[in-house]
Amino acid sequence: MKIRAKLDGDLVQVKVLMAHIMETGLRKNQQGDLIPAHYIQQITATHKDKVVLSAQWGPAISANPFISFKFKGGARGDRVKIAWVDNKGDTRTDETVIA
Amino acid sequence: MQHPRRQFLKSSGGLLATLVASGFLRPEEAMAGDWNKAAFEAKKMDDLLKVLGGAGAKPSSEISIIASDIAENGAVVPIQIISKHDNTQNIAYVIEKNPNLLAANFTIAEGTLADIDTRVKMAQTSDVYALVKANGKFYYASKEIKITLGGCGG
Amino acid sequence: MMRSTIQACIAIVVLFLPAHSIGNDEHVTNEIQKYRQMLQEGNPAELMELRGEELWTTPRGPQNATLEQCDLGLGAGQLAGAYAQLPRYFADTGKVQDVESRLAYCVTSLQGLSVEQATQNWFKPNSDMEALVTYVATQSKGRAIALPLGHDKEKEMAAVGEEIFYRRAGPLDFSCATCHSQPDRRIRLQELPNFGDNKSAQSSMITWPAYRVSQSAVWTMERRLIDCLRQMRYPDADYLSDTVIALQSYLQQQARGGVMEAPGIKR
Repeated sequence: MKIRAKLDGDLVQVKVLMAHIMETGLRKNQQGDLIPAHYIQQITATHKDKVVLSAQWGPAISANPFISFKFKGGARGDRVKIAWVDNKGDTRTDETVIA
Repeated sequence: MQHPRRQFLKSSGGLLATLVASGFLRPEEAMAGDWNKAAFEAKKMDDLLKVLGGAGAKPSSEISIIASDIAENGAVVPIQIISKHDNTQNIAYVIEKNPNLLAANFTIAEGTLADIDTRVKMAQTSDVYALVKANGKFYYASKEIKITLGGCGG
Repeated sequence: MMRSTIQACIAIVVLFLPAHSIGNDEHVTNEIQKYRQMLQEGNPAELMELRGEELWTTPRGPQNATLEQCDLGLGAGQLAGAYAQLPRYFADTGKVQDVESRLAYCVTSLQGLSVEQATQNWFKPNSDMEALVTYVATQSKGRAIALPLGHDKEKEMAAVGEEIFYRRAGPLDFSCATCHSQPDRRIRLQELPNFGDNKSAQSSMITWPAYRVSQSAVWTMERRLIDCLRQMRYPDADYLSDTVIALQSYLQQQARGGVMEAPGIKR
């Protein structure tokens, strides 16, 4: 994951790039078999343990997802944490410091 | 200390948020088991709206869909949705001609702007709907995005 | 999907239209520009770059060494601007090498891994080579493409590349020049860079390696060229072969002066 959080006036601009195949489960491999669905289902962004954004996703979010959003109340040096869970139960968490 | 996870996971977002904030649950634990399967499997707009509780969604000029009219490849279509409605609680990306309509449903916390930018897959040229829940009511806007056939790859 | 791509390319004789003849063309051009611009942010190539940096700095292989002593032409471990001056001649191998063949050499000589291990899955997303090339190329951002031509072998490689570029072959009797030597040409809505023109050549070469959204992977220039040759129905060019090194030499020469922007992101 690559997370960037930048303070711009009173808003923190957060941009996140996640590594995930986001396989829809509708594609077939060369043998003609369906490739199993494998995609992030839930994602949570927290600032100082307060959830600032959460989302439920389906496989129609593009591979290697990117999201961008803004929230108020952050200060330079605060940590912003992003966590996701996919349909196989894998999770990933990462954090950054607001610049 | 035992964390009685399962019973908490079925509870409301408010309780989960409190549990996360107090360090009792990690965010990823709060998320597991909550995913709205019925919504993500809806193939018709009426069914999706019913599942989300949005039957009677009204068209709204307070919702902007920022995207190019033409996408060179349906695998990655950048779309930004902005809602000017007060107390926007949710912003959902709905793609009419996709095998399953709902692509994503974002929950906007207080203090977070109702302004989300992400990338979605579009199976073909289609209307894209921005479905917004604000003050308990549902609104929507739509935009057609054309998917082109490319040349040899660029 | 692959079959229809080939069919599309075969059909170019019919669809081979001047770019300005697109109906309602200004709107189409503007919207495609807007799409490309919106894509630029959040380029997944950044994730590959991070992985490439990790591969560069992590000890691996029987010799338990990092790649930090790898010489890409500007001295051991000197990455800044190196990609913009490749392919070039290396005295230690006696060959003109591109970024991939040079990286393969470093992996084998410094780390003791085999060529097979170094180039494993080069044609699949998330290979080591993809990550390393992305990392190395990013270190040339802002640098001008300047193909070295001081050594006889460098001159020869570029000349061979030019020869291949213009030579018609294969069952379709195509050369690279068939599609890439005239101004304002397109296939469907995809403009074709004109490698006969320095500015047009620059606009293409500065964006490679690039994340291809259609592949969910970063494609290197070598990978792209091998695919072009496949689309022309040529016999397969081997990975790391002189054919693709020669073509890269010629194309880099045609794009001289172009300021690197890679990694790009494209359809």
